[in-house]
Amino acid sequence: MTWLSDDAVARVRAAASEPDLTGTRYRLVGPLASGGMASVWIAEDTTLGRTVALKVLDEPDQEARTVARLEHPSIVPVHDAGSLADGRAFVAMKYVEGRRFDDFARDATPAARLRAFQRICEAAAFAHARGIVHRDLKPQNVVVGEFGEVVVLDWGLARPIDARDESRTIAGTPGFMAPEQARGESARVDARADVYALGAILQGLLADSRPAKRIEAVRRRAMAPEPEDRYPDASALAADVARFLDGLPVSAYRESAVERLGAWAARNRAALLLVAAYLAMRAAIALLARV
Amino acid sequence: MSKWLLGLLLGALLGAIDGASAYLYPYPEVKAGIVGIVIGSTFKGLLTGLIAGIVATKTRSVPIGIVVGLIVGAGLSYAVASMPSESGAHYYWEIVLPGSAVGAIVGFCTQRYGRPNVRSTAA
Repeated sequence: MTWLSDDAVARVRAAASEPDLTGTRYRLVGPLASGGMASVWIAEDTTLGRTVALKVLDEPDQEARTVARLEHPSIVPVHDAGSLADGRAFVAMKYVEGRRFDDFARDATPAARLRAFQRICEAAAFAHARGIVHRDLKPQNVVVGEFGEVVVLDWGLARPIDARDESRTIAGTPGFMAPEQARGESARVDARADVYALGAILQGLLADSRPAKRIEAVRRRAMAPEPEDRYPDASALAADVARFLDGLPVSAYRESAVERLGAWAARNRAALLLVAAYLAMRAAIALLARV
Repeated sequence: MSKWLLGLLLGALLGAIDGASAYLYPYPEVKAGIVGIVIGSTFKGLLTGLIAGIVATKTRSVPIGIVVGLIVGAGLSYAVASMPSESGAHYYWEIVLPGSAVGAIVGFCTQRYGRPNVRSTAA
């Protein structure tokens, strides 16, 4: 009997898991990622001469049809879908080159992180407006491209918000799943579950600093244990993040009059300085004229 | 409100206030001619505001707006201060410094506020 080395076994395993792209317009380049139900490969579209991310699924699912409804700059576009010679299903998507969101956030300034986070919220808001809930939003499913573009990937768990799902299946990622999602209460999972996941992403962004009260209030409202206490959808959350970035009051935090005045003064610092300079000048000239 | 209209209105308002504030000076000929000073200062503010507003429609930069307002305000104020008063005295500092500051404020506001021009790309 001849024993195979570990390397040889690994090569055989890799070859066995490689998708058979015979009869398709794609040529395999290499592996990209793998999960429980699917693997993602880098492939070349030989017809159009471009690189794509090819997701190979053990069983056909609705991801391609779901994402095809969502044409948005921050949602990874689907180019093609079909079946392979080995019977497995595939989805060809845009290959997004860039850094994972958590990797990007480590080096970015707090404002840049929040602006990128706002893009994620806007992508989710767009999906919610089209009646789709992602159900697996997390930093690992977001890529920030070299030009700062933010793209939400992996819509494999996405489903219509109004889908009648009475199952007790738990789908999602611990730490990012809303409590009702983690309890398997599928019928209660709607846009507010994505809002919770976005709050969890925001929590990660705020972890290494002492956050301002207003953005912390935004995070708390997004991650409220009861869906009724959260933002109704990602659009409302995105609006509050935008208001925070613009130095405006947020709906999640009731500011005191002093805080409001301070925020107004901070926003209009240059104008206040100019007016103060003018008044000081006028007062100085009037005083000197009397001497 | 468009940026140039904002510049006109704000320039006129601040110019009028700036002119009226000359009444605080202890110069009798200034107090006697305060109406003319207010009218002249309002016109000066109008012109500064119009120029700052036009610049704001062409360039989106607060520092540039402030500098343009400052220079235009200073230039126009200097021209006014060059004209001697009834007693023959010139009030350069009293006119140029506040006039420049008013110009800078108008320049800032036209950059920060007001509706920018929207260019249509439709055929």
